[in-house]
Amino acid sequence: MVSESGGNGFSLRKLLRDDRFWKAAFQVLTLMGVCLVFAFLISNLNRNMARQSIKFGFSFLSNPANFSIGESVVEYRPQDSYAKALFVGLLNTLNLMTAGIVWATIVGITAGVASFSQNWLVHKISRAYVGVIRNTPLLLQLFFWYFAIYGLLPRPQAQLSISNLIFLNNRAVYIPWPANTSIAWASLGVLIVAGIAALIIWRWRIQVMVEKGASGKAQGMALMAIGAAALIILVFGLGWQAPQGLEGGGATGGLKLSREYAAALTGLTCYTAAFIAEIVRAGIQSVSLGQWEAARSLGLAPNVVMRLVVFPQALRVIIPPLNSEFMNLAKNTSLAFAIGFPELYSVATTTYSPTGRPVEVFLILMATYLTINLLISLGMNQLNQAVQFKER
Amino acid sequence: MRNWSFLLMALTVAVAPLSACSEPGTSTNTSADGQSSNVGGSRLQVVLNRGRLVCGVEGSIPGFSFLDESGAYSGLDVDVCKAVAAALFDDPDAIEYRRLDTTERFTALTGGEVDMLSRNTTWTITRDTSVGLEFAPTTFFDGMGMMVREDSGITELEDFEGKAICVTSGTATELNLTDQMRKLDISFEPVVYQNRDATYAAYDEGRCEGITSDKSTLISRRSTLPTPGDHVLMAVTMSKEPLGPVTINNDSAWFDVVKWVTYGLIQAEEFGITSENVDEFTTSKDPSIKRFLGVEGEGTLGADMGIPNDFMYRAITHVGNYGEIFDRNVGKDSQFKLERGLNDLWTRGGLMYAPPFR
Repeated sequence: MVSESGGNGFSLRKLLRDDRFWKAAFQVLTLMGVCLVFAFLISNLNRNMARQSIKFGFSFLSNPANFSIGESVVEYRPQDSYAKALFVGLLNTLNLMTAGIVWATIVGITAGVASFSQNWLVHKISRAYVGVIRNTPLLLQLFFWYFAIYGLLPRPQAQLSISNLIFLNNRAVYIPWPANTSIAWASLGVLIVAGIAALIIWRWRIQVMVEKGASGKAQGMALMAIGAAALIILVFGLGWQAPQGLEGGGATGGLKLSREYAAALTGLTCYTAAFIAEIVRAGIQSVSLGQWEAARSLGLAPNVVMRLVVFPQALRVIIPPLNSEFMNLAKNTSLAFAIGFPELYSVATTTYSPTGRPVEVFLILMATYLTINLLISLGMNQLNQAVQFKER
Repeated sequence: MRNWSFLLMALTVAVAPLSACSEPGTSTNTSADGQSSNVGGSRLQVVLNRGRLVCGVEGSIPGFSFLDESGAYSGLDVDVCKAVAAALFDDPDAIEYRRLDTTERFTALTGGEVDMLSRNTTWTITRDTSVGLEFAPTTFFDGMGMMVREDSGITELEDFEGKAICVTSGTATELNLTDQMRKLDISFEPVVYQNRDATYAAYDEGRCEGITSDKSTLISRRSTLPTPGDHVLMAVTMSKEPLGPVTINNDSAWFDVVKWVTYGLIQAEEFGITSENVDEFTTSKDPSIKRFLGVEGEGTLGADMGIPNDFMYRAITHVGNYGEIFDRNVGKDSQFKLERGLNDLWTRGGLMYAPPFR
């Protein structure tokens, strides 16, 4: 460009007319501005803390917490440190988040696919569900589930029992759950190995069917055998324990879901699933009509058209927005505080009140949620790459 | 041409927030090296300039601070705010109330959103030191109690083994409860809510066997439950809960005003000065009473703090002395009929005692 013309020295006029100079200057100025704003905020914080004689620091984390937490995955006692208490809160958050993501995905995809159903009722139910849930605030829904639905359950003394497998009362829900024995863990390991083996055989079957035109019958038989074995292990090997209802209410054995956890999980699942349903619907609609017609003209059954032709193509559109729904769900778990679930945000507020360390605690909170969401994003990006067009 | 406008925009974007934010900073800096009177950099000056007190209250505890149907606040805690506003502006309604829940109250105060808190806040050493607060004299000596259903059969804390207790987050009670139960080696299930209304709603519909809070709060909230008669307070006091107004640390000028207005309410009761007879006392022969009421030419108790000399006269005219405030809100003239007990004057065996006004 102009400034590169020859060596007769530096010229201010030339410089001022150079587009690249201004681009660079703009960036430097922006950077300076951002730095100034941060410097101001930090100095403001320092000044205010100095005025109140508060020193910034994280050493309080090793002090004993002295408060109890309602439910915990790991053992926690009040004499444990604040760091341990926050860790307990984090585990509760992760627990709620993981279960929420799994259930929201299942319910969301089902509701999304159901909106294409030929069945009038199924179609309408799906649309009504999405319409109602998506347009009301989540906090309201959580209160609704907690007070109006789970609150209506009878007292522990008169608890509901569903064929002695599930017990429901207004304190907790008890469901059957695998026993914590070595046999159960071994069975779980076998199931995982079987799953991997089945996946490999599945791919092999498709490969021989596509490349060699083989029937794939042998592999199909193997898959069915694995499936049957897995089913037997699933039912008997895991040592499922049905909860035993107690006379005075409650139950032993099985898995106890506190009313707070159950309401938070139901609320988060329903809410997020409605958004996922819309994403799935949009993804499916993005597949051109020609693909449907072509698949049908090959004589494929409607469910096969969806499973093998349309849905894999829709995934390319579905995955990126799904990522942000998962991240929303991760952040929304903090609302469970309102209905008494001791997740990370709840423990954090209990921490900063007696310690007077809101700044430090909020920094920890921000860093934690940021890390969780970056990890979710990382995972979803991997998945996204896997479903993109394979350029051959 | 286009580049210039870009540059201009960048500069504006970079500078605008700075100039906007730097104002409070510079004002504190200039006042730091100010006059012998330290009123300049104080919250007191901010409040006086504003002409209105911003007071943080609870808002959902009848008798202490309660927002009624007509949108008016009433209660013992509210009357303390009113006394301060009356002392400063001769107008008990020159107040902007902020309803704060237990988890946000201290950040609202230290962040400068409110001038003072008057909302059932327990005076503890950690709050006084590491949280960065300053506690004005206690206006209500309370103890932590436990409320249960009368038909639950629970009579002592030992009965809570394996049972659930509802509690509001971020309170001293939450910590005291754990301490008490640890001492007795009882394992219980705490259910912690951020919002007081949610805590009581959950208790009422049977999520918890017991609910714990300050006894005064329990008595007051019991009156809002659908069937108050079904619930009883257990005969246990789990902790000392001295409740009083709170201001920010390291601001003596403002803290002094809140502290001495509060003491003044107690002193007025000791003098026997009420909202009805205060005018008779202005002609009293007792110089200490004249000084106290700031009668012309009798001392400069108010001016020494940077507020009018007749600050206590104003406060008493508008809200009355401590005894009147107590009786009106929680005592014999209220629905709660609480005994004065510890909250009586020291001359009658209570703990209410004001240092000399001289």
